[in-house]
Amino acid sequence: MRPTARHPRPRALLFALLGALGVALLATSPASADLLSPEAGPTENAQKIDTLYWIVMAVAIPIFLGVEGALIYALVKFRARKGAVPAQIRGNTRLEIGWTVGAAVIVIVLAVVTFAFLPAIRNPPNSGPGGLDVQQAGLTSSPVVESGAGREPPVPPDGQALNIDVNGLQYVWRYTYPDGDDNPGNNVFAYEQMVVPTDTTVVLSIRAQDVIHSWWIPAMGGKFDAVPGYTNATWFKITEPGEWDGQCAELCGRNHANMVATVKAVPPAEFEAWLAGKRQEIDAANQAAAQQREQVEAGRPPTEPGG
Amino acid sequence: MAAVDTTRPATRTAQPLPQILARSVERVPTGWTSWVTTTDHKKIGIMYLVLTFAFFLLGGVEALLMRVQLAVPENSFLDPSTYNALFTMHGTTMVFLFVVPILAGFGNYVVPLMIGARDMAFPKLNALSFWLLAAGGLVFYASLFFNPVEVGWFAYAPLSTGAYSPSGGVDAWIFLIHLTGISSLVGAINFYATITNMRAPGMGWGRLPLFVWTILVYSILLILALPVLAGAATLLLTDRHFGTAFFDPSQGGDALLWQHLFWFFGHPEVYIMVLPAFGIISEVLPVFARKPIFGYKAIAAATVVIAFLGLLVWAHHMFATPSPDVVLAFFMISSFLISVPTGVKIFNWVATLWRGTIEFKTPLLFGVGFISLFLVGGITGVFLAVFPVNWQLTDTYFVVAHFHYVLVGGSVFAIFAGIYYWFPKITGRMLSESIGRWSFAIMYVGFTVTFLVQHSAGMEGMPRRVYEYPDVGNLALWNMISTIGSFMLGIGVLVTVWNVTRSLKKGAHAGPDPWKANTLEWFTESPPPANNFDTVPRIRSVEPMKDIRRQVERQSPVEAPRPQPAPEHTVTA
Repeated sequence: MRPTARHPRPRALLFALLGALGVALLATSPASADLLSPEAGPTENAQKIDTLYWIVMAVAIPIFLGVEGALIYALVKFRARKGAVPAQIRGNTRLEIGWTVGAAVIVIVLAVVTFAFLPAIRNPPNSGPGGLDVQQAGLTSSPVVESGAGREPPVPPDGQALNIDVNGLQYVWRYTYPDGDDNPGNNVFAYEQMVVPTDTTVVLSIRAQDVIHSWWIPAMGGKFDAVPGYTNATWFKITEPGEWDGQCAELCGRNHANMVATVKAVPPAEFEAWLAGKRQEIDAANQAAAQQREQVEAGRPPTEPGG
Repeated sequence: MAAVDTTRPATRTAQPLPQILARSVERVPTGWTSWVTTTDHKKIGIMYLVLTFAFFLLGGVEALLMRVQLAVPENSFLDPSTYNALFTMHGTTMVFLFVVPILAGFGNYVVPLMIGARDMAFPKLNALSFWLLAAGGLVFYASLFFNPVEVGWFAYAPLSTGAYSPSGGVDAWIFLIHLTGISSLVGAINFYATITNMRAPGMGWGRLPLFVWTILVYSILLILALPVLAGAATLLLTDRHFGTAFFDPSQGGDALLWQHLFWFFGHPEVYIMVLPAFGIISEVLPVFARKPIFGYKAIAAATVVIAFLGLLVWAHHMFATPSPDVVLAFFMISSFLISVPTGVKIFNWVATLWRGTIEFKTPLLFGVGFISLFLVGGITGVFLAVFPVNWQLTDTYFVVAHFHYVLVGGSVFAIFAGIYYWFPKITGRMLSESIGRWSFAIMYVGFTVTFLVQHSAGMEGMPRRVYEYPDVGNLALWNMISTIGSFMLGIGVLVTVWNVTRSLKKGAHAGPDPWKANTLEWFTESPPPANNFDTVPRIRSVEPMKDIRRQVERQSPVEAPRPQPAPEHTVTA
């Protein structure tokens, strides 16, 4: 290797890398904003998480640019040259205390900001005027069959929310809707697709029946682990009709990748119609089953008393 | 210590002088029995390095198979059980059979030399450590021929219990945990005893090389964290086979208990994997910037603080679990706090380069690559510590990208810096600079191409550990880019493998101190003789070799300058 080629080469490499990075950033900026941030659908908790994310990003970018910039500047400026003498500096207490305190202040600020955002992410608001009136619709009870340790389902200020029980099992999500009575056995349930009314506060109780799963619809906010023996909880209040996909986010076995979920938001009237239709379906199925049972029993000899 | 320059006046001091001239490389006995029966820390260190690097290549092949499967949506190259086995083996291999033990390998080889000792404190235990590691790897990989484990390297209960994973793969994994665990524990005790007791005269704690500081802290963390994992794995074993129900909620057990126990080990493990990497960087940068490390005490203190805080952050892996907000807040703040000493280290490294005269040798390139990539992993770590943001990012490809920036961009790049830095000491030969540079460039670009876009894939909704994904959004594009990058990364690694194999025979003679380095391992021959040192100099600073070189200069007549030490590139053959 020619000795003269030794020094320019790493510099050229660095510039090439920087250039590539710049081009990549420029090329991607017209793409969706979700390239650089989590998904956030029309529900306040997901949007607050997104905002919080961007605040962290606003702190992170100057630090990233500052440190990488200082690093690259040092590499270019202080590369070995003829006659250059390295400064024999062993430290600088004031500088070192300065950047330690500076870093500490930044993380304290981030912690304060997080706590300021937390209530709006954790606590659901009341349903909107266009939402479903759960009292009128008779959907006030909680459909949770068994409540384990863990997180209590949050309650909006007026106490009116549509509580849906989300149960993870290998490899499907089962949703149980409230129906106003205390018997959880006769409730409307559905698999995979969760239909919810728009502009209505929907509170989910999340649990699992076998192994650990994790409930996640990216546009509806974060993921919440469904742990057997525990209850987890989250909520959303979707302001416009639509469909959002998600899937189980905790390894739950071989078909983990296919344990998908969809949330479909429809206007309240449509939701009530869907619920009534589901109830009819279930009642019809129950009746058919009862008839079958009767037929089976009728074909048998009467049971011996005390037998 | 035989090369005497006849132009030098009679020795004016009892201080030993460094050997200056490069000589031919002595052949060491290489029969296989000399390796199997050895208790020499250098031979054991070499066996550690070779074996763990072989596991690194195996783990890399597993990663590439996964990347092929994920290259296009809804691919059917691998079935789900094979894919699950691959990511489990990849994670387990890289953590337990590569990063942790290869750092023990460097520690084994270098620590006694750095502190002026003739061997480790317990040479036979040292051999035991190595052979237990080899046994752990063997047991684990033997499960390939039966039922490889499919539950992830974290083996979350209840999925890993007998009801859901009845095959023997989980048991092979538990066996690996125990064997490599005992190996690491024995090794850690050995390091601790060696470093605390066998330092050269004058080497107080304030003159301990920073790499040795990190190995000391690594050992303490292993001693504190590993027994917890061993206990947890034993509970899992009894759940699986002896009718207990520690993790079975239907019988009063607790599924979250496993997570707490696992991550109480698992997060210190991250620092176990990265602190010695910090140590390598803290050795390499000052040598090639020709400048003392900036803030020696701050870096050593930051190592200790990171280790302490590292024991208090484990539940940040569990932000999505149904845990109380006060718990989440505690672990967010502790995770934030750990970013302070980590940031201090990065600032100190940049300040070390500042106003130096930087020589762009391959170890420095990997060291600088380490800083630039580890910084990204550190910053994304702050995003993940904000627990509401974590709910969106955890268990997605964002996290995959984050910890690969820490463990590959961080640890692996530092390990490569270490390979290029210490190869001349270990073999007496230089690695090729030009091939090394190519390896670095390909690895750096390949790494960035692989993992940068994975942040976006995760934020678009792609969870981890899925063997297939639908063709929605940009997922197909991100995954194709990532797959292409992973093969570049693989090629970059192979270039170094080629460099090592060719330089073993053809590399230029290194001489004792080719880099004009600072620490004591460069005082002895390359490769060092079996007893390491005939005499050990008194240590007067954190840079003993610099003192020795200065003393040599002072004692040399000005009018007849000594020949430059170590003609660095005299190619033989």
